[in-house]
Formats: sequence, C-alpha cells, structure tokens
Amino acid sequence: MSQWKKWALSVALTASAVAWLSPVAAAEPLKVGFVYVSPIGDAGWTFQHDSGRKEMERALAGKVTTKFVENVPEGADAERVIRELAQSGNKIIFTTSFGYMNPTLKVAKQFPNTDFEHATGYKTDKNVGIYNARFYEGRYLAGIVAGRMTKSNIGGYVAAFPIPEVVMGINAFTRGMRSVNPKAEVKVIWVNAWFDPGREREAAETLVSQGADVLTHHTDSTAVVQAAEAKSVYAVAYHSDMSKYGPHAHLTAVTHQWGAYYTKAVQDVLNGTWKPGNLWGGIKEGMIKMGPFNPVVPRETQELVNKTAADIGAGKFHPFTGPLKDNDGKERLAAGKVMTDDVLSKMDYYVEGVQGKLPK
Amino acid sequence: MEGAADHFATLVALTLAAGTPLVFAALGELMTEKSGVLNLGVEGMMLVGAVVSFIVAATTRQPWLGALAGAAAGAAMAAIFAALTLSLMANQVATGLALSLFGVGLSAFIGQAYVSVMIAGVKPLSIPGLSNLPVIGKLLFAHSPFVYLSLLLCALVHAFLYRTRAGLVVRAVGESAGSAYALGYPVVAIRYFAVMFGGACAGLGGAYMAVAYTPLWTENMTAGRGWIALALVVFATWKPERVLAGAYLFGGVTLVQFQAQAMGIAVPSQILSMLPYLATIVVLTIISRDAATIRLNAPASLGKPFHPDT
Repeated sequence: MSQWKKWALSVALTASAVAWLSPVAAAEPLKVGFVYVSPIGDAGWTFQHDSGRKEMERALAGKVTTKFVENVPEGADAERVIRELAQSGNKIIFTTSFGYMNPTLKVAKQFPNTDFEHATGYKTDKNVGIYNARFYEGRYLAGIVAGRMTKSNIGGYVAAFPIPEVVMGINAFTRGMRSVNPKAEVKVIWVNAWFDPGREREAAETLVSQGADVLTHHTDSTAVVQAAEAKSVYAVAYHSDMSKYGPHAHLTAVTHQWGAYYTKAVQDVLNGTWKPGNLWGGIKEGMIKMGPFNPVVPRETQELVNKTAADIGAGKFHPFTGPLKDNDGKERLAAGKVMTDDVLSKMDYYVEGVQGKLPK
Repeated sequence: MEGAADHFATLVALTLAAGTPLVFAALGELMTEKSGVLNLGVEGMMLVGAVVSFIVAATTRQPWLGALAGAAAGAAMAAIFAALTLSLMANQVATGLALSLFGVGLSAFIGQAYVSVMIAGVKPLSIPGLSNLPVIGKLLFAHSPFVYLSLLLCALVHAFLYRTRAGLVVRAVGESAGSAYALGYPVVAIRYFAVMFGGACAGLGGAYMAVAYTPLWTENMTAGRGWIALALVVFATWKPERVLAGAYLFGGVTLVQFQAQAMGIAVPSQILSMLPYLATIVVLTIISRDAATIRLNAPASLGKPFHPDT
C-alpha cells in the first residue's frame, strides 16, 4: 500500500469514527449503495436499475443518499466493491447482476448489520434478500404485438446465452405470437454474448434475410432495433424503450421498472422493518411494463395487450397455461394446468412454434 | 430459383460487411509487420478510431469526416507505439499489449458522454438503376462505400509492396534491417511510416464499425476483432490478397453459423468462434515446419528491435 493510500485510509477511518461518535449522525440520511455490471449508458439492463435508483431517491428525498459503482466485473472485483460500499456506511446495498451472488453473500457475512438485496440470484441469508422480475410476462405481450404485425408469420429472436431465463422469454414470446396467429413461427439465433453490437446486428440481418419481419432481442445493445429500422422491418425492444433508435421499426418495448421496489425496500430499512425477501415480481408488482406503442400498432391490438396485461396482473391468466407442447411434440403441461414457478425457472426446451433445437 | 439467388446475394453482402473491419485492420497490421515491427495494439487502435470517428461524426454531422478523424486517431495511437518501441527501444510485444489495454480504457473514457448519441451514419451505396437490379444489384452495387474502399486499399497495399520501389524498401527493412541500413535507407523512419499506416488502417476499421456498420458508440464495441485481425495476418502468410480471403472467411463463419441457426440446424457456436485462431495455429504450424517456408513467408526481422548504432 502506497503512502498516499495509507494517508487516505487513515483520513477516511478518522472521518467515519467521527461520524460514528457524533450525535448528529443519527439524523443523517440513510446511505444506500448500488453495484452495476455495466456502464449506465442510455438504454439496457443497468440503465433501468439506475432509473429505479433515481426514482427511489426522489420518493424518499431528504431521507437517503445514494451511491453507485458502475461497470463492476462479476467475481473478485465485485467483492471488493461491495465490501467498500459496506465499509463506507451504506446501510442497504443492491447488487444488480447474477454473478454478484457469491460475493454478496460473502460480504454480507462480514457485515451483519448491513442489508443486502441481490437481483436475479437464488441464494438468501439473514441479511440478504433476492428480487427478480417476471420478464416472460412482458415477452408474452410482445408476442401478441408481433403476431398481429407480422406479414410473413416469422418472428426473429436474437438471444445471448441458452439459460432458463432467456429460454422462457423465447417461449413466452412464441406463445404470445401464436395466441393471435397460430401460423406464426419464431427463429432464434444465439450470439453467445450479452453485448456485441456487431454480432447482434449480423444476427438480426440474417433473421431478416430468412423472412423474419418482427424482431426482438435478449441482448444488451440497441443494435437489433437499429438493424430492424435499416431493413424496414419491425422490432420489439427489451430492457428499455429504444424508440429513438428505430422510430419506424420500434413497435413497443418490454421494460423493467425497479423504482417502486427500491423505494419500498429502502423505506423498510428506514422503518427498521426490512426482512430478507424473495420476490419474483411481474406486472402485478409494477416491475414489468410495456413501453409506449408505435402508432402503427392498431388500437384493437393495443387494447388486447392492455387487457391481457391486466389479466396477468390480476392472476386471471398465466402465459404458461396448458396444454403446452415442446417443439418435438411432447406434452409438457396438461390442459388447464398452470406451470409452477419452480418448473418454470428450470425451463430447458423450446415450445411448439420455435424452430430449431435448443443448444445444450 | 430467383429466391435462392437473391438469398445468396444477401449472404454475400452480409459477409462482405462483416469482413470489412477485419480487412482494414489486418491490411494495416500487414504493412506494419512487413516492415519488421509487431504491433499487438490493433484492438486498442480500432477502439480509439471508433470512438473518435463517432464523436467527430456526431458533432459535425459528417460521417466521412468522422472516418478520417478515426484514421488519424489510429495513426496517433500507433505513433505512441512507434515512439516507445522504435525510438526508446521498448519491447514490442509488451508495448503492443499495453497499447491494446490502454486503447480499451481510453476509448471508454472519452466516449462516456456519447453512449446515447444518435448519428445518421454512412448509408450503403445506392446507384439508381444499378443498386436495385435483382441479384446483381445486391451483389455488386449496394454495399457500404467502406466495402469498396477496403477492396481498393487491398489493391493499393499489394501494388505498393510488390510493384513499387518504396514497397521493396519496406520489405527489405522487414527482412534485414541491418542490411537496409547499410545500404543507406532510414530504417527507423520507414518503420515509423509503416506503423502509423497500420494505425490509420486500424482506426479506419474501427470507424467503419462506429459510423457505418452499427452506427453507435458503446464501450468495447469492436469485441475482439482487433485480435482476429492479428491472427488473420499470420493466417494470410503476410499476403494482402489472402488477407481479403481470410477476412471474409472469418467474418463469414459467424454468418454461416447464424444462417444455420435460423434454419434450425444446430451448430456449436463456440467451436466456430475459436475457428479463426485454430486456423491460424494450423497455418503457423504448416509454414514453420521447415526453415525454407518460414523464410519465404514471415518477415525475417519481425519483432526484432533495431539499434542503428550497433
């Protein structure tokens, strides 16, 4: 450790000791930390989390101060960043990527008085809660729009990695599409990257060249929407509203909304009632919303989407309700049955209507 | 039948578009290596070229001016490398690697404010009457202007290296810097030229990605294409026309795999993404088998520092 770092550390330690001892400290705003996996940018996964952070900050103005660290690689670096946030007095820390799961749990053990919330993970602890969104609900709605707008009856899906979360999105999209257009089929291209604009674009153009006229994506950049615009086909964006990247192509978007959840969690910490939870929230909790519709989407389709969204929110309808066959024709769910969360979260097959074989 | 021909034309167009950043970057690196210098900083120079071209294109609304600025930025990065390795005698491999890492960080830093910016970008060529001809139009007259530029560059690099005296001198410097120096050629100056030309080409490759191929700026948007370009030079055994073939092969591999996926044929995509490097190792092994073939292909003093005084 350099002299400079030692000096900085001692100043920091003294400062925190002073803060600890001074009686004013109790009235000070609650410190809230966020860890992001990529730069915030203008659209995408991290951008939505940061919008949630800002919404929470506005809702609890004066009662909280927030701090975020962006572009933190999953793994050893993440542990260091999370520990630093805990050390510098953040009382609740949101870690917003799957790969932060073990670092979060490790640091949480060392800071029993700090609360942690980990997005998209599956392990909890005394002071670690988890939260995730039912992205597939939005995917189903996106499928309805795609099914109504397609002329070729082929949807194109640019996907990152064949993990259950992505697979269930493809399946929900396909079921949504076929619910209004039984002839519809979905072609999938795996690009093996969450983020590679060049490849995403190539995949999108390949899908168009094979007849897809409505595209969607489970990757992080805006390249697919831009490719759709350039090729004069339609696209449904993911994560964020990307309409400015494809004013004609962009039909709507499946967006994630974390603000309400962040506000509630932080409010619970302020009240002293926070408990480690396990929330898989969807339309009902306001975590999934459809972006504004492009005017080319007929009013009747918009109404159908809104009505289906309301039904999903009210628990009257589930996108994975039997009969459900996989694309080899094998029945996976009997008529009238609703898929349980446990089975859903392990989905490893394509439903009827998706072309090709799922890479194993 | 016309459907199939049209489909083929589309595939060709996509392949050319995907291979073009590799053509630029690899031709530049080829020139650099022909002069006996190994610059591993291609990825970094591409990224800096990409971000600078994007910023200039966004502020001036002139994508071509952006491309020019991208090339200049690539050359500037290369000049740093040249100063360190040619004048200050730093190790070429270490400096090149550092240049790549530096370029990744630098481009992310200066591009921060431009992540959300939209630009019009360079549109594909559209010649009335020609570009919309069935099949032929798509095959010949409807690519991005950058594609034609890269083909022209390939022809020029070939002509320069094998048809001009200056090109012969560059090659001589790469074969035996000491002999060239003894004949009175300014070895260091020639290497400066070759290295900076390489940087400009890499910058242009990055610029093509940022202002034409996917008109946007995001961190690390070249996603490893600089490294593929490096492998490509070896794969092409330092011959410009083979660079072209290799670039379309490596660029096309992804596309063929995507086509196969969209048609429902399962191909393990991981294997295909390691193919460029695998092919390079195979070629390297073949040409290294005996001393004669390696002498015929690789510049003899590649990567060796040159001290004029000794």
